[in-house]
Amino acid sequence: MPKRTDIQKILIIGSGAIIIGQACEFDYSGTQACKALKEEGYEIVLVNSNPATIMTDPDFADRTYVEPITPDTVELVIEEERPDALLPTLGGQTALNVSVALAESGVLNKYSVELIGAKLPAIQKAEDRALFKQAMEEIGLSVPKSGIAHSLQEAIALIDDIGFPAIIRPAFTLGGTGGGIAYNIEEYQKMVTTGLSLSPISELLIEESIIGWKEFELEVMRDGADNVVIICSIENVDPMGVHTGDSITVAPIQTLTDKEYQTMRNAAIAIIREIGVDTGGSNIQFAVDPKTGKQVVIEMNPRVSRSSALASKATGFPIAKIAAKLAVGYNLDEIPNDITAETPACFEPTIDYVVVKIPRWAFEKFQGTDETLTTQMKSVGEAMSIGGTFKEAIQKGLRSLETGWFGFDNHPIENLPLSELSSKLTIPNVERLFYIKSALKRGMSIDEIYSYTHIDPFFLYNLQEIVEFEKSLSTQPIRPFIENGKSDAEVVSLLRQAKQLGFSDRQLADIYDIEETQVRETRKSFGIEATYKTVDTCAAEFEAETPYYYSTCSSEDEVRPTDKQKIMILGGGPNRIGQGIEFDYCCVHAAMALKTDGYETIMVNSNPETVSTDYDTSDRLYFEPLTCEDVLNIYDKEKPIGVIVQFGGQTPLNLAMTLKEAGVPIIGTSPEDIARSENRQLFKEVLDDIGLMQPPNGTATSSEEAAPIAASLGYPVIVRPSFVLGGRAMQIVYDEKLLHDYMDSAVQASPEHPVLIDKYLEEAIEVDVDAISDGNQTVIGGIMEHIEEAGVHSGDSDCVLPPYTLVDDQIDQLKAHTYTLAAALNVRGLMNVQYAIKNDEVFVLEVNPRASRTIPFVSKAIGVPLAKLAARVMAGKTLNELGFTNEIEPTYFSVKAPVFPFNRFPGANSRLGPEMKSTGEVMGIDDDVSRAFAKAQKACGYSLPLKGNAFISVRNKDKRAVIFIAKKLTDMGFELIATHGTAKVLLRSGMEVDLVYSIGKGRPTIHDYIKNHAVDLIINTPTGDLHRTNELLIRQMAIEHDIPIFSTIPGAAAAVNAIDALQSGEISVKPLQDYHK
Amino acid sequence: MKAILALSDGTVFEGQQFGATGETIGEVIFNTSMTGYQEVLTDPSYKGQIVTMTYPLIGNYGCNEIDIESIGPQVEGFVVREYSAFHSNWRSKWSLDTYLTENNIIGIQNIDTRALTRRLRVHGVMNGCLATEGTDGNLDAATLVEKAKSWHGLVGWDLVQRVTCPNPYAWNQHPSSSATLETDKPIQPENGKYRVVAMDFGMKYNILRQLTKHGCDVQVVPATTTAEEILAAEPDGVFLSNGPGDPEPLDYAITTIQKLLGKKPIFGICLGHQLLGLALGGKTYKLKFGHRGANQPVKHLENDQVEITSQNHGFCVNIDSLPNSVNITHINLNDDTLEGIQHRECPAFSVQYHPEASPGPHDASYLFSRFTKLIDEHQ
Repeated sequence: MPKRTDIQKILIIGSGAIIIGQACEFDYSGTQACKALKEEGYEIVLVNSNPATIMTDPDFADRTYVEPITPDTVELVIEEERPDALLPTLGGQTALNVSVALAESGVLNKYSVELIGAKLPAIQKAEDRALFKQAMEEIGLSVPKSGIAHSLQEAIALIDDIGFPAIIRPAFTLGGTGGGIAYNIEEYQKMVTTGLSLSPISELLIEESIIGWKEFELEVMRDGADNVVIICSIENVDPMGVHTGDSITVAPIQTLTDKEYQTMRNAAIAIIREIGVDTGGSNIQFAVDPKTGKQVVIEMNPRVSRSSALASKATGFPIAKIAAKLAVGYNLDEIPNDITAETPACFEPTIDYVVVKIPRWAFEKFQGTDETLTTQMKSVGEAMSIGGTFKEAIQKGLRSLETGWFGFDNHPIENLPLSELSSKLTIPNVERLFYIKSALKRGMSIDEIYSYTHIDPFFLYNLQEIVEFEKSLSTQPIRPFIENGKSDAEVVSLLRQAKQLGFSDRQLADIYDIEETQVRETRKSFGIEATYKTVDTCAAEFEAETPYYYSTCSSEDEVRPTDKQKIMILGGGPNRIGQGIEFDYCCVHAAMALKTDGYETIMVNSNPETVSTDYDTSDRLYFEPLTCEDVLNIYDKEKPIGVIVQFGGQTPLNLAMTLKEAGVPIIGTSPEDIARSENRQLFKEVLDDIGLMQPPNGTATSSEEAAPIAASLGYPVIVRPSFVLGGRAMQIVYDEKLLHDYMDSAVQASPEHPVLIDKYLEEAIEVDVDAISDGNQTVIGGIMEHIEEAGVHSGDSDCVLPPYTLVDDQIDQLKAHTYTLAAALNVRGLMNVQYAIKNDEVFVLEVNPRASRTIPFVSKAIGVPLAKLAARVMAGKTLNELGFTNEIEPTYFSVKAPVFPFNRFPGANSRLGPEMKSTGEVMGIDDDVSRAFAKAQKACGYSLPLKGNAFISVRNKDKRAVIFIAKKLTDMGFELIATHGTAKVLLRSGMEVDLVYSIGKGRPTIHDYIKNHAVDLIINTPTGDLHRTNELLIRQMAIEHDIPIFSTIPGAAAAVNAIDALQSGEISVKPLQDYHK
Repeated sequence: MKAILALSDGTVFEGQQFGATGETIGEVIFNTSMTGYQEVLTDPSYKGQIVTMTYPLIGNYGCNEIDIESIGPQVEGFVVREYSAFHSNWRSKWSLDTYLTENNIIGIQNIDTRALTRRLRVHGVMNGCLATEGTDGNLDAATLVEKAKSWHGLVGWDLVQRVTCPNPYAWNQHPSSSATLETDKPIQPENGKYRVVAMDFGMKYNILRQLTKHGCDVQVVPATTTAEEILAAEPDGVFLSNGPGDPEPLDYAITTIQKLLGKKPIFGICLGHQLLGLALGGKTYKLKFGHRGANQPVKHLENDQVEITSQNHGFCVNIDSLPNSVNITHINLNDDTLEGIQHRECPAFSVQYHPEASPGPHDASYLFSRFTKLIDEHQ
């Protein structure tokens, strides 16, 4: 069928803030959908609260609503826009849930909006466990046995059918707390009882245990004519028991015969038909008993998913784009395959390489939490690698992670006692792969490792081959050959073999204890070069039109560099806390801008969730690790006239110097100037030269050195290692004992790795400034005033643009400082400065001469694409030529609010501090600052209450300030609950307060109130480490019960003002296009 | 041990031997299926060919006694990027190396199979000589290239004689007919309801399994069996099997089919389809590099549905050469070549691709029901 002409206007819903389990893959899918449908001539209305997305760029949709993705706000958008259709399947679970809510409540009917892609009954059938189970049984497929219990009796009634071992999962507990596996009835009764008491809704899911079974996924697409194709098959290296998002996965499936694979394929086709997903992509997970081959269906996502993004990048087949086209009526055979241009999209991609995906975790930021990998996803990002073999791909994947591994390296702890090693192998953990290496090195058999890990022996064998080869490498006298570059047939062959097995130059350098550059030079002199092959969807059966490459050590290179002027953009690699979608946004913008200026753009990245790794974002795409070796290899091949390192976050910046030394032309601010801003001593000199102030500070290389420095600065001080991103290991230290603890345990300072000690400016206002400079002229993009005081990491603070409490004098001063800094650091491109204002004095906290996390937010707030302008400036244009010389101060307010992953990490300290912990952010825009703040809160998932009970418990120094806040709450009709100290202060100020005990001091405590659903808002400022457990419990319960909690006085004040604004009238919605007019 | 694959255009790929040793010659082709190497190895249609797998890791799940398409491996040689010495699957019996060694098939690994595939795609399939190092360490690339150059190739060669059964037999008496998976158990209540004679041009077992599953009692006969002999057996329908090589030299089979047309319902697959085309007056030609894989989209013109199909053919019926008496039922969406025909009057139809799959998707298995339905209509 050709496309539908009975619909003109389509509403697309995004996925909101980046959270664990829902990251930039939904920007990739939403962006593809917007592009695909716009190109078909439809009018696109978009709702997404995440400003860091490409899809919310005003050119991607006709009407872009950066508004909370909640049923009531989306209803307002529908009321305003009257779309004909809603496409619910491209914005992750968030979009799907909101769409279902709107359909179920009758809103879609009321406004005659049609759900396209998947209809309500299909979504319900896939999402509702009981309906899904029934549907599977109807088509003769098995699902693991399971049941729901609300009491011990119900649970006991279930167990006969389910059998032991049984998995107990309490509903809605943090990170699945209270769950477990019971092997006998006694254990079962115990676990059920605890589980029921921990679950806020007293509900348990009891499941048959299939832990240790092999896990597989198929990506399926269906069109309106009922054509169904499988786009990609995926095998999980980690078996059932580890969430697929936390598993190392491989595409295609490696260990199933055709017979078994086809059975699975048939099942997948039957499932998508039975569930009734009309058109588009679905992801279906299967488990297979390794002993008998019995297959069971685990679940189906009736929408584009994280795995779809991976499948798209792994095969070259753009699932989201095609899904969007199918949703408007096209059939698969009517859509061309962009990669081959001559064949249709109705086929099944076949690949002639191996793809490995490896997750990246951030447990170091959530100390105190259990690091076991379970069925709850905990990773914050992932890297994908493509290689000619599994061995090559896994080694490339490990170095793509940028976590300090250069391949399948040795675990730093070599001689773990066997009992400990076996438990490290048995209990899934972040470093399990490297424990496998330890086991292999000490000669443990594949069978034994399998008995602990249940990782298919096929993968273990491949890992063993790497280990065995590495052993043979280290026994060969290769070093002299490398050192004098003398060629020898055997040595050349051995080195070539090493490269074929995916060994990096750095790994070889480590084995022979020489410099990486020496390995590189010798290797090249032996003629061992990286060769590049094309991702073409068809295993070379047809010629590929799109230059999408990966490296593999082989005989033929397919890259045909053009003689056009080329600029290479280095991406940000796997997402991590502090470096995520914002940087990918900037890289994508660079590619778009440079294309319009006539350059050929080359993108290098290893993150499959991104828009930057779409084959049509840049002219040429290299899906490669962002290490020096891999980047230099591409550089040697392509010889671009410039390389951009300031857009991909810390990843490319870390490479800048080495690349420059190797002769790579870095464009934009020079690596030397970047170093001047990052090196404490050099930066001090810069500031002294131009007469700007820093908080008093010093540098220490040992604990002994640190104490006198801290004492002279006066406590509290902020301590941190040099050269970090996202405030890694940064802390506020209140006394000498804590200082020693930090110096000795947290960072292990040394002369090479000094620790920076800053005076902590208490109760200072923090301000972020983003600016752009062409070397002569500097223009401010935006000034953002933080709501939380200085000391909370800027990525974790709410901030407001334009500033809402600063006076003109202060703003002028900030501007003047920024111009001076840009000139002093010879900035060409973007620059971000963090200031603290205390007692009318402006201190420079930090300067980053690169794209910052706030660039997308500022660009959206002011309506100017700063990253695009910066890319063009780096390529030689002046701001004058680009027409950006006037600073924009919007008449409306934009608030940025962070979103935290604490619900995944029970036990971790959820207090905010100088170390960044948020995974994403949202934006609220309104003419009124309090309403903008309310919108941002709502977009974070906290709907501010308009009435009810507010619990207040603050530290002594906040007691004065909280009086006004409490007073305002009572004026607005709230009842107050407080702990002793706070209550006393409030009572004295004439307010009525319900008294609760601190935990352990009597009953009722705040816990009792929360459990009785009698708390609607919490203001709880931390008192220091003493009451940590108390505070932690309150925070944890607040998170579990979705109660808005504010832990700073300014934050609480903003919330109270926002409630006031909300009480005086409903919020309204307005698209970016109207704000930017 | 070192091994060399030398192509007739002079290209030489050097790799390592696995499986058997020695020297072999054939047409070098590539298959893009990511699963099913054992089915590929044992498919008689690959007779005369050295098969390259484009998927780089081969041997992962070993070999077993069920996933076979004929008595044993049929290919002349086997080319892979990385042979997996370790095999992991609950049904695995032997390593691929053992399987090839015991069946005397030479394998070569550790060559750039994508470079080879691209060469074949651009220049067309070509002849090649695959050899392993002799005991004297001798392996001369130039000699092997010469051998490849002077080899006669597939065109005009009757390869069917090398793979057809010597004597007629009943499939349900065949030792391999009992070795089936749960999914291949008969779906028809009327087990053995249809008496079918299958002309064996190099027939895949899975066609026999599928026919059985659909209620057919199959008598397999040699390719040279005459129409008279077939009609004397009084079958309900006649099946024309797949098979290797060029259909044109098979004049005996073409004559047989011409005589059967209109007398018995006929269903042909692959070579059987080409022979039906020739019998109906069409022409065949050699494709540049053929269709071999498990992802070929075929449009069923009667209902506009697309089937993802398993394919293995180097020759093709010219879509423009067919007489008006023939309906075109299926075409390939990648290159618009002919994939299926049906006679307007006679009960005869055929497809170029493999509805029996194995390896490959099962999307087109409905064709077996169509055959039994056609038989029902002509009872």
